[in-house]
Amino acid sequence: MAPPGRARSGAHGEPEGNDVAENGEPVLRLVGVNKSFGPVHVLHDVDFTLRQGEVMALVGDNGAGKSTLIKCIAGIHPIDSGVIEYDGREVKIGGPRDAAELGIEIVYQDLALADNLDIVQNMFLGREQRKGIVLDEDAMEEKARETLARLSVRTVKSVRQQVSSLSGGQRQTVAIAKAALWDSKVVVLDEPTAALGVAQTRQVLDLVRRLADTGHAVVLISHNMNDVFEVSDRITALYLGRVAAEVKRTDVTHGQVVELITAGRSGDLGLAPTSAAETI
Amino acid sequence: MSTDIPRLADADFAADRRQLDVRSAVSDYWARVRAGELGAIPAILALAFLVVLFTGLRPETFLSKGNVANLFTQALPVTILAMGLVFVLLLGEIDLSAGVASGVCGAVMAKLIVDSGQPWYVAVIAAIAVGVVIGTAIGWLVSVIRIPSFVVTLALFLGLQGITLKLIGKGGTVPVRDDVIVALANKNMPIWLGWTLAVVVSLGYAGSQLWRWDRQRRRGLHGKPVQLVAARVLVVAVILLFGTFVLSLDRAPSPLVTLAGIPWGVPLVAVLLIIATFVLDRTAYGRHLYAVGGNAEAARRAGINVTRIRMSVFMIASGLAAVSGIVAASRLNSVATDSGAGNTLLYAVGAAVIGGTSLFGGRGRARDAILGGLVIAIIDNGLGLLGVDAYANFLITGGVLLLAAGIDALSRRRRSATGR
Ligand SMILES: Nc1ncnc2c1ncn2[C@@H]1O[C@H](COP(=O)(O)OP(=O)(O)O)[C@@H](O)[C@H]1O
Ligand SMILES: [Mg+2]
Repeated sequence: MAPPGRARSGAHGEPEGNDVAENGEPVLRLVGVNKSFGPVHVLHDVDFTLRQGEVMALVGDNGAGKSTLIKCIAGIHPIDSGVIEYDGREVKIGGPRDAAELGIEIVYQDLALADNLDIVQNMFLGREQRKGIVLDEDAMEEKARETLARLSVRTVKSVRQQVSSLSGGQRQTVAIAKAALWDSKVVVLDEPTAALGVAQTRQVLDLVRRLADTGHAVVLISHNMNDVFEVSDRITALYLGRVAAEVKRTDVTHGQVVELITAGRSGDLGLAPTSAAETI
Repeated sequence: MSTDIPRLADADFAADRRQLDVRSAVSDYWARVRAGELGAIPAILALAFLVVLFTGLRPETFLSKGNVANLFTQALPVTILAMGLVFVLLLGEIDLSAGVASGVCGAVMAKLIVDSGQPWYVAVIAAIAVGVVIGTAIGWLVSVIRIPSFVVTLALFLGLQGITLKLIGKGGTVPVRDDVIVALANKNMPIWLGWTLAVVVSLGYAGSQLWRWDRQRRRGLHGKPVQLVAARVLVVAVILLFGTFVLSLDRAPSPLVTLAGIPWGVPLVAVLLIIATFVLDRTAYGRHLYAVGGNAEAARRAGINVTRIRMSVFMIASGLAAVSGIVAASRLNSVATDSGAGNTLLYAVGAAVIGGTSLFGGRGRARDAILGGLVIAIIDNGLGLLGVDAYANFLITGGVLLLAAGIDALSRRRRSATGR
């Protein structure tokens, strides 16, 4: 089912002076994407739409195909069939570099920060700015700090701190800020709060919201319904590799989303009973 | 930049925004030390301890002018070898064959000069090329075939000794008499040149440090307080100038001749140190090295070619091993079948680790090789003056390496306990 051009929920966390288009064209659109690993058909005709300035929660049980879906977006897995549109034109994402060039940044669950490097060095890793052959440390430090300031990251004492000295929440913050550094349009976060305590979860959720408010399109994968309902604008529920439903957050309850995750349907939402059954 | 200040002010980079005063910089430093970032501290303590120890045990000989100069030339080969190993250790890999590779390269150079009558520069270039080829082979086996570096280089440790033996012939030695090569470890710079270089390097260091401090201050970036920058510049300058002074004293045993000046090998090591430090600290390649050593998966996802980085460090290590072999040949005026074998590698790994390079990867600097190389040279030299038996020498050297590795492992544990 291609998602209808729903109006974006404007009720939540809309900051003053946000110039993001309310009903803009989708930044990223997947239409009828299929993906198999050998005989295992993991993604079935997946449609997925992402708009600028909104947080799209991607939910689903373990093994539903969430990670596989974002790896297709990240260029790690080639898709078998279907179309990926970016900014309205069809693209082939052949590898992580292609994704980065398009402006798609992924923050994986294990973060992948180098403990022995400082915050600036991590944020620019692999894309260092140079003057000739020499690293332009000053420019990188300024830009890193500007990005952190834009996202109102307040907990970092110094951007020249080694990452090994940071707390779990701070590390997550750095990983997310790194994704936001590159004028990226799409930021995908895989379970960013899974390992965090209450206060740190708070910080990270605020940051996720600010990412969207500063014009990024955000995909948030989470198992935590509280997180999902707190920051997302829309919710896509995957059930056994199919999109069970794509709904506005304000249109559904916790219970309905949990049913979509566990059974693929909830009342008149979700997959038809036959289709849910044949998936198995 | 001024337009950014109000925006920056609402983020809480306290330590970045205010110009650090000495007290908070020192307490930051102390906190880092307590968290396991020992830096150069163990090496400096070891140096002080050993100097006091050997001066106490051999007051007339250890600090004699002749022996001090001797210490420097003794430290040259191990320091150069260690500097190459720092690159390998930064990735958490090991090169057990670096010592014998230096032997092979030394033999190649000696044979080319003696048997083929080649000029010294041809022989030197050929020796370094052989080193790089050896490193390429190791690098390929480790990074492409993915055999653990420990196994690859253990195999080469044996194999390369065979090559040296084949090149030189059983029990033989090849004498090295080329003037330029011999001069490296046996001849000294003119006094005036030594002083000129010492002053130029001191001023250059001071200039670059202060310039950097000023730039960071003007752009509102993270930096050290000027007092600490000045203190650091002063310490480096004093060491350089005092060293030059000591080495410029006449150390000839007889009053009839003069023997004074900095051995030519010392500026060679200085140049290598400056290049290696530049590469590690100021280039993207160096940054990627640290990243691969710290978290290879993160580096791979950041688009860094981990295979190529892994390959390159073995090429650098074996290339520098060749230079080390040349200097060692110069010092001994010959290459023997057991050149670079025995405890050569143990010394070099010990030097890097004592200097502060971690065996676990991700931490280490080029200067570690210098500090650790001096420690090792003092141990070797002091034990020689004491006339310690060979068996005790082996025991002590092995013990020192274990001690250094133990400190490395404990400070790493400390770091992971205090981190997060
Ligand atoms: N590389 C792979 N090879 C084979 N099967 C895979 C691979 N990656 C994922 N799968 C399978 O695809 C399904 C979806 O996995 P995944 O996308 O990781 O789910 P989720 O992230 O939603 O928990 C699972 O059944 C998993 O076993
Ligand atoms: Mg997953």
